[in-house]
This record gives sequence, C-alpha cells and structure tokens, in this order.
Amino acid sequence: MNNSRRSFDVLVVGAGPAGIAAACCAAEAGVRVGVVDNNPRPGGQIWRGETQNSDVADAASWFRKLAGSRAEILTPMEVFAQPEVGRLTAASSDGVCELSYKKLILCTGARERFLPFPGWTLPNVMGAGGLQAVVKSGMNIAGKKVVVAGSGPLLLAVAAHLKAHGAGVRAIAEQASWSRLVRFGMTLASRGRKISQAFQLKKQLSRIAFRAGCWVVSAEGNGKVESVTLRTERKTWKESCDYLACGFHLVPNVELASLIGCELRGGFVRADEFQETSVAGVYCAGEPTGIGGLELSIAEGQIAGFAAAGQRDKAREYFSERKGQRRFSSALERAFALREELRTLPSAETIVCRCEDVRLGRLREQSSWRAAKLQSRCGMGPCQGRICGPAVEFLFGWKAESARPPIFPVPIESFAATACTE
Amino acid sequence: MPKAVSVTVDGAQVDATEEMTALAVILLSGTTTLRRSVSGEPRGALCGMGVCFECRVTINGERHCRSCQIKCAHAMDIRTDE
Repeated sequence: MNNSRRSFDVLVVGAGPAGIAAACCAAEAGVRVGVVDNNPRPGGQIWRGETQNSDVADAASWFRKLAGSRAEILTPMEVFAQPEVGRLTAASSDGVCELSYKKLILCTGARERFLPFPGWTLPNVMGAGGLQAVVKSGMNIAGKKVVVAGSGPLLLAVAAHLKAHGAGVRAIAEQASWSRLVRFGMTLASRGRKISQAFQLKKQLSRIAFRAGCWVVSAEGNGKVESVTLRTERKTWKESCDYLACGFHLVPNVELASLIGCELRGGFVRADEFQETSVAGVYCAGEPTGIGGLELSIAEGQIAGFAAAGQRDKAREYFSERKGQRRFSSALERAFALREELRTLPSAETIVCRCEDVRLGRLREQSSWRAAKLQSRCGMGPCQGRICGPAVEFLFGWKAESARPPIFPVPIESFAATACTE
Repeated sequence: MPKAVSVTVDGAQVDATEEMTALAVILLSGTTTLRRSVSGEPRGALCGMGVCFECRVTINGERHCRSCQIKCAHAMDIRTDE
C-alpha cells in the first residue's frame, strides 16, 4: 500500500460549484490550495461531464478559472477519516493519502432523497439525478420510455436533459401541489435569472405531461421496471416505462462535517457570516448549509474561499449576492415539502434499507434509529444509512446518529495504514 | 473526441470511450442486474453518484467497485452479479 502525504494552507473537500469557487478564490489570495473529490473529474453533480468548452456558460468559466489557478486538483480521492485535527485521510487508487491543512472548506454537496414504495428496488428504478448522471456518463437513453417523478426543481432539468438525449418522457409527476408551485413561481418572478431558466425549461418540455400533486404509488415489472402506478387526489393509473427516474428533492451530505464535530442545526451545517462552522478554521459552503442551488453555492464558496485565505474584505463583497439567493432557498423548502400520503406508500413487505434488505415491518418493531441499527441492521451496510436514513427520518421521525470513521467503506489495509501512522 | 477503448462486460466485448463510466457501458450492453441483494433480489444502479453502493461490480478481478465512479480503460474486464 502506497502512502503519500500532502499539505495545504486551504484544503477544499468537494469539487462541485461551491468547491470550485472556494478553491479559485483561496488560490487567488495566494495561499497553497488543494481540492479533493471522489468523482473522476471536478464539476460535482450539476456540472458532471462539463468542460472548459462547455456551452453551459457558468461551468465553462469556472472550469477555466480553476485550470488557470494554482489550486491542486486531487481526483478521484475519497476522504474517509480525520485521525487528528488538521489531518484527513483519503483513499485513492494508489492507496491512502494524508492531507494536512491549516484551514478546511467543506463543500460536500447533496444527494437525492429516496422514499420507499413497492417496487422501488427493481433494476431501472433510479434517482432522477441518478439517471441523468448515468446519461451524462455515456449511457444511451434514446428511444427509451421514462417516467420522471418525485419532487423538486431537479425533475424539470432532468426531464429536459433526457428529452434532449432522445428519451420519450411519458410524464413528470411532481408530488407538490399546484398551489404551492404557483406560490413558488411568484418567488421566482422576483429573480430574473431563475425565471428565464424556468421559461427555457418550459419550452424544452413542451408536449410532456407535467402533473403537480401526482406521485408514484408503486413500480411493477419482472426483473426490471416495466410500469409505474401514478396517483393524484382524483385518480390512479398505470404508465408503461423502461426507466423510472424518481427522487424527492435533496438532502445535504453532512457526514464529514459531523465527523469533524461541526454543529448541525435542523440537519444542516451551521455557519457564520464568513461560512465558518462551529469548529474554528473549518468552513462550509453550498448545499450542506441549506439546499439553495447553484448560485447560492457559488456565492458561499467565494465567501468561504476568501475568508479561509484571510481576505475577509473580499469575502464581504459576496454577502449581498448570498442574501438574495437565500430567499430562493427558503422558498424551495416551502414549495417542495413532502405530502403526508408518501408515508403510506410502503407496505410491511417493502424494503427500506437496500443494503441489508430490511423491510418496513421489521422497522415498525423498533423504537429508535439506534435500536433499528442494532436489531435489524438497518443503515449498517456499505452506504452507511445515506439512502435509508432520510427515508427512515421521514417515516418514523428518527434522526441518524453522528458519523463515525471511516465515513466511506475502505479496504481494511487502508484503515490499518491510517492506524499505524497515529 | 474521447479515446475509443474496448472493454468486456461478462465476457462480451463492448466498444466504449475513456469518458464513459463502467456503469454506462454495462447498461449499454443490455445488462440491468448489477448484483444480488443479501436476500437474493436483482439490483441495478440507484444514485449514479457513488453514494448508494447498488452498482457494485467486479472490475479487473477487484470486487465491490462502484461502477458509476469508474471510467473505462482499455481491456477493462467488468463482471456483474458476482
């Protein structure tokens, strides 16, 4: 096992929009910057597959900035532990790497929220962002029938992307009601850029049935999904499909922040005006501080990057941009709140924890997340509760416990190597 | 243009590029079941971003590789359902 050591003034974890912005700004301030990501390339989920030549203007300009900066890009590399303050351990294909830092910026992004319903474990039932990511990674979706379902603005972007790649999008089923969406639209109207994005999407999505107040009750198929059953308050019907792309908005990735000891509030990392967390010298930007989308992530990344590099005056220049974008963030939360009916979808036989095949009936016998873990192994598999945790929280109100190392499964020799260096 | 590479999925040769992930190539080859769950159910990819571990396959003999996070390389040997 090949161990290497690197040290940085500012280390950024996560190379999505927030991380790229943070790394560029810290590097601009002249300090030694490293940015680590577990994906093969920078870009995060929203800019997956984009490059400096992208026709997505934001992505292209930030990729150019990053390439022109002195920030060192470390990918793919997955941070799994902090053996002591100021030092992280990460796994890469070459073995374990120790990353020392003076200041740390956590830009760990978000993942989709998945909720269980009968048939959700069938092959070809994927996340909405999940299917989009696979298409961005080279899968051919042309000619396939897809139902896009769940909740959140991501559904529209995914449907537009799939359609542009030749998919036959049969329906978009958004669980939030029309009345909530209209109110959300009014918030957008006060933000020029968001509304023009929305109109663009609407044009791309012409002739696709968009249904609000509509949700998946089950997926059916033999060995893979062949149809889904959709429901509104008025009717229930079946739609045939090759893929179901279903995700219920986003949940923040706070495992590393939690491991390091950063205080959480309402499931998000608490950060001050300079994006510094409750742990001195550790900053956080983007979705882990509150789901707010691309522009807010970039603004927070810029503030964190300059602040971590000691340039607070420059960081302050982005305060007003951040303030505006935060209004959009709270509107998002109200608009896409989950409806009660979704709690009644899984039956006793429905699997909730996909790693350990723990069914809802087994969980009903438990009294807490801890009891569920100990008695049923719910959340004890390789995803460490990242998928079932938010579902269990929605269904039972149990909050996941704090993270423990390693926060990602690593080969035993990697963990052993870490222990030996302590 | 990304460089063309040839990989095998469960022994069958598939044309790919270096920019494609192993998962994309597996799905292109027509395979939908990537692994069996602990109770023997067929499973495919879910999150597409390295979080859920449902897309685990064997790559060049190494088990439990997340196929959504690994780019194709020439002569890569991908095995599903092991």
